[in-house]
Amino acid sequence: MPDYQWPDAEHRTLIGKRISRVDSPDKVSGRARYTYDIKRPGMLFGKMLRAPYAHCKVVSIDISAAEKMPGVQAIEIVQKQGSNIHWAGDEVVAVAAVDETTAEDAIRAIKVTYQKLPHLVSDAEPPAGAGETQGPLSMDDLGDMLDNQVPENQIVSQIQQYGVSFQATEQDYKDAKEEGVPDAVLDAVRKATVHPEAAGATKSNYQKAATQTQGDVDKAFSEADAVSEGLYGAPVITHCCMESHGSTSEWTDPDHLFVHMSTQNVSGIAGQMAEPLKIPAANVRVHQDHVGGGFGSKFGPDRWGIVTAQLSKKAGGKPVRLMLERDSELKVAGARPSAFARVKLGAKTDGTLTAWHSQSWGTGGPGGGGMPPIPYCFGVPNQHKEHTAIRNNIGPARAWRAPNHPQAAVLTMCALEDLAAKLKMDPYDFFLKNIELTKLPKVYREEFPIAAELIGWKEKWRPRGQNVSGNIARGLGLSLHTWGGRGHGSDCDLSIHPDGSVDIKMGTQDIGTGTRTCIAVVAADSLGLQVDAIKLYIGDTLYPPSGGSGGSTTPGGVSSSTRRAVVDARDALFAKVAPALNAQPDDLEAKDATVRVKSDPSRSLSWKEACSKIGATPITCHGHNDQAASKNKPDLTNSGVGGVQMAEVEVDLDTGIAKVTKMVAVQDCGLIIDVKMAESSVLGALIMGISYSLYEEKIMDSITGRMLNPDMEFYRLAGLNDIPELKVHMMTGNGYDERGVIGLGEPPAVSPGAAISNAVANAIGMRVPFLPITPNKVLAALSQGSAQKAGA
Amino acid sequence: MRDDDSPQKNSSETAMIDEHSGVSRRDFLKISTIAAAVPVVAGPRVVLAAGEHVPVYGPGKVPIELNVNGKVYKANLEPRVTLLDALRDTLDLTGAKRVCDKGECGACTVLLDGKPVYACAMLAIEGQGKKITTVESLLEDGKLHPIQQAFVDNDGSQCGFCTPGFVVACKALLDKHPEPTAEDIRHELSGNLCRCGTYAGIRAAVAQVARKGA
Repeated sequence: MPDYQWPDAEHRTLIGKRISRVDSPDKVSGRARYTYDIKRPGMLFGKMLRAPYAHCKVVSIDISAAEKMPGVQAIEIVQKQGSNIHWAGDEVVAVAAVDETTAEDAIRAIKVTYQKLPHLVSDAEPPAGAGETQGPLSMDDLGDMLDNQVPENQIVSQIQQYGVSFQATEQDYKDAKEEGVPDAVLDAVRKATVHPEAAGATKSNYQKAATQTQGDVDKAFSEADAVSEGLYGAPVITHCCMESHGSTSEWTDPDHLFVHMSTQNVSGIAGQMAEPLKIPAANVRVHQDHVGGGFGSKFGPDRWGIVTAQLSKKAGGKPVRLMLERDSELKVAGARPSAFARVKLGAKTDGTLTAWHSQSWGTGGPGGGGMPPIPYCFGVPNQHKEHTAIRNNIGPARAWRAPNHPQAAVLTMCALEDLAAKLKMDPYDFFLKNIELTKLPKVYREEFPIAAELIGWKEKWRPRGQNVSGNIARGLGLSLHTWGGRGHGSDCDLSIHPDGSVDIKMGTQDIGTGTRTCIAVVAADSLGLQVDAIKLYIGDTLYPPSGGSGGSTTPGGVSSSTRRAVVDARDALFAKVAPALNAQPDDLEAKDATVRVKSDPSRSLSWKEACSKIGATPITCHGHNDQAASKNKPDLTNSGVGGVQMAEVEVDLDTGIAKVTKMVAVQDCGLIIDVKMAESSVLGALIMGISYSLYEEKIMDSITGRMLNPDMEFYRLAGLNDIPELKVHMMTGNGYDERGVIGLGEPPAVSPGAAISNAVANAIGMRVPFLPITPNKVLAALSQGSAQKAGA
Repeated sequence: MRDDDSPQKNSSETAMIDEHSGVSRRDFLKISTIAAAVPVVAGPRVVLAAGEHVPVYGPGKVPIELNVNGKVYKANLEPRVTLLDALRDTLDLTGAKRVCDKGECGACTVLLDGKPVYACAMLAIEGQGKKITTVESLLEDGKLHPIQQAFVDNDGSQCGFCTPGFVVACKALLDKHPEPTAEDIRHELSGNLCRCGTYAGIRAAVAQVARKGA
């Protein structure tokens, strides 16, 4: 039985060390080629005409003038006459032309008329009693869900849960199938209960989710020694990837498509393009070397990706590139759902949490969205939760680094801090007092003192509003978080060649998280080589499939498949080399670029000499990590991490400007492959976190229904000067390493909002309810606070 | 983050604008659209506008000549094509990235006669007669420039899309201030943005080169 287990600390040469990012030299020199940089022979430039209204119907489309323009080679109507548009910026017509300026001119020459319909872009608290339970689904509802790329299983489950309001005819089924509606959805409609009486009913924008209750909440509140009530929330923010979404498609022959796409999901794209294009997935080749950010927004080809293939087809197969403009990127290509709540919390005098009551709401655009997982991390014994999803016209939501967790952390950890203040407890003690209510008490108990030491909590913490000098108020805040992070399904082929070279082929992608480095470290460590000895081939559907990079699943997946392949290949090499060293294969080890006898290292061959024994054909071994943990023997990846973050802020009481002056993160992620990459992930998460805590918000105009800040001046990202001293401590050693590899992308991005909001509350003595904590909100909170004091 | 009084990144007409004149970026963008000192290569018409002789290119494609990384490139481009698009789509120099496309993020930073500019916020025709330096030129015989090596050592990139712009901005910073103060760094790097959150690594990279001397 091959020994796939991770080597112990003594036998690791590279794993767990600080190894530089292997593709860094390409990135710093401009050699790294991104999808946006791809230029194919004869390439055409694609542009989109986008709807200007948040809710409207397409009345007419006239492309005749554009068609006649010299240089225009293809026009594709994306949403035909009669289509309902549900957000401003949605795609209507696409054009491909010989250059970008011609394509822009053609877009201007297309005449579309719309019938404007009433819209809602606000996600303010729903009026009392506005929430309605979801009724049976209409044909329009289904069409909208399909248009909005709601996952198939979610559509099916909604049909099963709510039934439909229409009786579909055989012709309807036939038409729907023609239009690419998945069979599973059609089956669900066939089996669904029909409620004809619900047809034609106007749907409320406010959809009430089921109320959830556990324990005896009323009793718990009546017996609580302290009760705190507050309002908390985080707005819709965007992904704002530096490289916008987009792709280049070309038909290499009438049945085969070659796509370069900016994606987090190389192996998963072909299948998603095949269905709408009606070709086998095997005929779609997808390639990507580098991607300029995704953060959860780049898992599908998107309508604009499919359109490049359709335009290319119309243009005789010529390559068509369509990358989103910056404003479209911010309007339509990614948004994190908002979440707000009125939270009431109860506790005993000693700080023991007893009761939680929340009324929450938020929007994920046209689909509404679900309730974030509250109370977050802390399993408060008695809970009552109500949630209203707002279906509005701001554009669809997408997964954003740690979907739903940052919002849940704000709603929960800020309420906890308010309650600690009411109990006159140091939140450090209050959180630890209740730590047994979390799933990872041991991890948090170890992390808390380390974080406190790094930020100087014990020396610096003062009760609320008691650290003011002049017009500057200082404060400390904390939060904790959790995430799964089990490795996804991953396959790879690893070859050791007779000349000593080693290569790995894997259909994964490196989204800037160090995936290439992770694979190279695992392979090199297992073979006793350095990382530059490993040649990597990733980012292509020609290689064995590996999962999409989302949910922190990549490190566990790619490291496990690599480890299995490399151990098998190494053992096959040992079998070939053993006779030359007059030893048994089991007695050999690969160390320091040699293959040698464990008990007598003087009996050794250089790596190159050893590989010369392979013969003419390279050794190639396949590595597989199964998505189902139970199928991996042994299981090299794991799930469930904990982290603690603390922030120190300064708030100018005159201007309302809040600045983070120091921030620390203590994080666990099982066995760390490369400490340098791990620290970078956490540092990046802190920086992104400061950005969304203080600056970011997708601001919608209620009158026009459009986004007011679809650019990088008014959609404010933190700059270098907004970032203070940051300290990161990774948990390693006993209790961590032996768990196996766990992903790290999401967890550290969860806590910053709550930690920073808590620090601001500690500084100024009152809660700024919603992120981002902008000067106007700070000043509003301060004036409300002094009004309360004056009235008291 | 980005100060409106920071040195003008788009000084295509450096002689006209004193660096310390306090002209805001917005004012400058207005001025730069009627920049007067574009060299006359292919005989654009010259008209008198607001008391100045202004060359008028186009309509349609016009021959232009750009000096990029010491090489002279000739191309036929519409006058409305930005320097960035000319570099990327016509000259296939894709190190400078197109991100905001309106002078907000710095991912397209190149040097124009040694000064950092946003290549997306000036026209290709305005780049004529200037020495344009892109990130591609920093490699010497395949060896990384010290600031590039410092980015590698301190992990100054994640997705890497903002990195070339930052590398060029850092080079300009260190050329101007070999031993930069915190204030110099604050000022000179205020025009570049990153989404992944690599600022800590970038700051460490600058410190490494500043210590050693570039």
